[in-house]
Amino acid sequence: MIVANRKPLEEIEEMVKGYGKIILAGCNECVTVCAVGGEKEVGILASELRLSRKKDGNEIEIKEVVLERQCDHEYIEQLRPFVDEYEAILSMACGAGVQFVAEKYRGKPVLPAVDTSFLGVTEEQGVWAERCQGCGSCVLDKTGGICPIARCSKSLLNGPCGGSTDGKCEIDKEVECGWQLIIDRLKELGHLEGYEEVTPVKDWSTSRDGGPRRRVREDLKL
Amino acid sequence: MTSDSRLERILEGGEFAVTSECGPPRGADPEVITKKGELLKGYVDAVNVTDNQTSVVRMSSFASCILLKEMGFDPILQMVCRDRNRIALQSDILGAAALGINNILCLTGDHQKFGDHPTAKNVFDLDSVQLIQTVKWMRDEGKFLGGDELKGVPKFFIGAAANPFADPFEIRVPRLAKKVNAGVQFIQTQCIYNLDRFEQWMGMVRDRGLHEKVHILAGVTPFKSVGMAKYMKNMVPGMDVPDKLIERLQGVEKENQAEEGIKICVESIQRLKAIEGVHGVHVMAIEWEQKVPEIVKQAGLHPRPSA
Repeated sequence: MIVANRKPLEEIEEMVKGYGKIILAGCNECVTVCAVGGEKEVGILASELRLSRKKDGNEIEIKEVVLERQCDHEYIEQLRPFVDEYEAILSMACGAGVQFVAEKYRGKPVLPAVDTSFLGVTEEQGVWAERCQGCGSCVLDKTGGICPIARCSKSLLNGPCGGSTDGKCEIDKEVECGWQLIIDRLKELGHLEGYEEVTPVKDWSTSRDGGPRRRVREDLKL
Repeated sequence: MTSDSRLERILEGGEFAVTSECGPPRGADPEVITKKGELLKGYVDAVNVTDNQTSVVRMSSFASCILLKEMGFDPILQMVCRDRNRIALQSDILGAAALGINNILCLTGDHQKFGDHPTAKNVFDLDSVQLIQTVKWMRDEGKFLGGDELKGVPKFFIGAAANPFADPFEIRVPRLAKKVNAGVQFIQTQCIYNLDRFEQWMGMVRDRGLHEKVHILAGVTPFKSVGMAKYMKNMVPGMDVPDKLIERLQGVEKENQAEEGIKICVESIQRLKAIEGVHGVHVMAIEWEQKVPEIVKQAGLHPRPSA
């Protein structure tokens, strides 16, 4: 899933300070799973904003909605019947959702209430961690199912570097060394024999370095 | 010979090599480098010039190498993958070769988190192993990574680092083998304080016959004080400082600790010289270059061959 963090209230207040009537739009997908922009979080943020603005004697009217997804036309269309009654849309979706809403309602300012962080997993209740950087050419078959691009702080393809100590990365004792994980797993699988072959330079053009990415499936187009 | 490197001539001639390093200044003053150079002249065969070490911005390694070259040194251009992509790396490789730099040390680079610009974006387009491969490719195939022919080939003696003390320990020799496979010709190791563990590593290196494929220069750094020893032990990733060395420094008066640090360093070099497959030492006297002559002399490594 896409993992995000809610922005601090002060930052959101600053964004909406010029508006008296806004839509606060949550999303039922990833941001709900990572507990940052679902129905519950929409309710909390709306209350926080109302309270704080009331205290300042500058009340704000907030319409709370939670869309199934903010990355698909059909769901974003659900805002259309009432969007004109509001001055701005504050979205709790990931960056993709915020932008897609903005594309659809060009006349309305669309503001992000969360910082979109990474593609990750729920490691345990309340803990999410990065697993993928969407580089566009997966090497997990060769690295024991552990991604060197996402899990090594330097994205080394021929790791580990000299900064790996007791299984931890040089950047932080809390961060696991991705290459230690790779080597441990390859050893468990009995696949360590290929380690000494040099992994050649990577083609980063399939990654973000190649420019904004787009995928077209002619067979699925209407 | 693959290059005009003096270091390559010495190592291929079977002599025990001595290298040291110069950290470039935090400013544009060339005298910082030339003064350090004066201290080392006649005591080393080649001088490494660090590339924004610990991710703290300094004068470029390339420019500092030229200043040392003008003084008659055979500089070793350190190049990290953190700050430049393959376009910039290849461009600098060509520029350095054009200005007579013969040695290159291919490194990954410390993460920028340690430095004075922790909010920077990093690059790591290549890693150190791929950088070795790139320099070799340019030199031996006469081509860019992209495949086009070079007009004028950079003749480099290719080096890299090895840290026998980083984890996972079992991968440290295979990792050296990987660098050898990529084309590395000399290795400078991380500072060695735990000589027993280093000897164990060298034994594994010899078991694989790697000592015959690559020249290994053992890294040493003298302690200035017990405080420095503790800092190295606790704060520097991948550093193995045995407690007995700390106790030894604690056992002498504060004003004599630096002298004791030099003594430890010289003893280490003497022990390292005797290890089969160690072809030289790399003396990293961090901001203490004035002590290098003393260390080299006491270790019986002076005068240096004329090569």
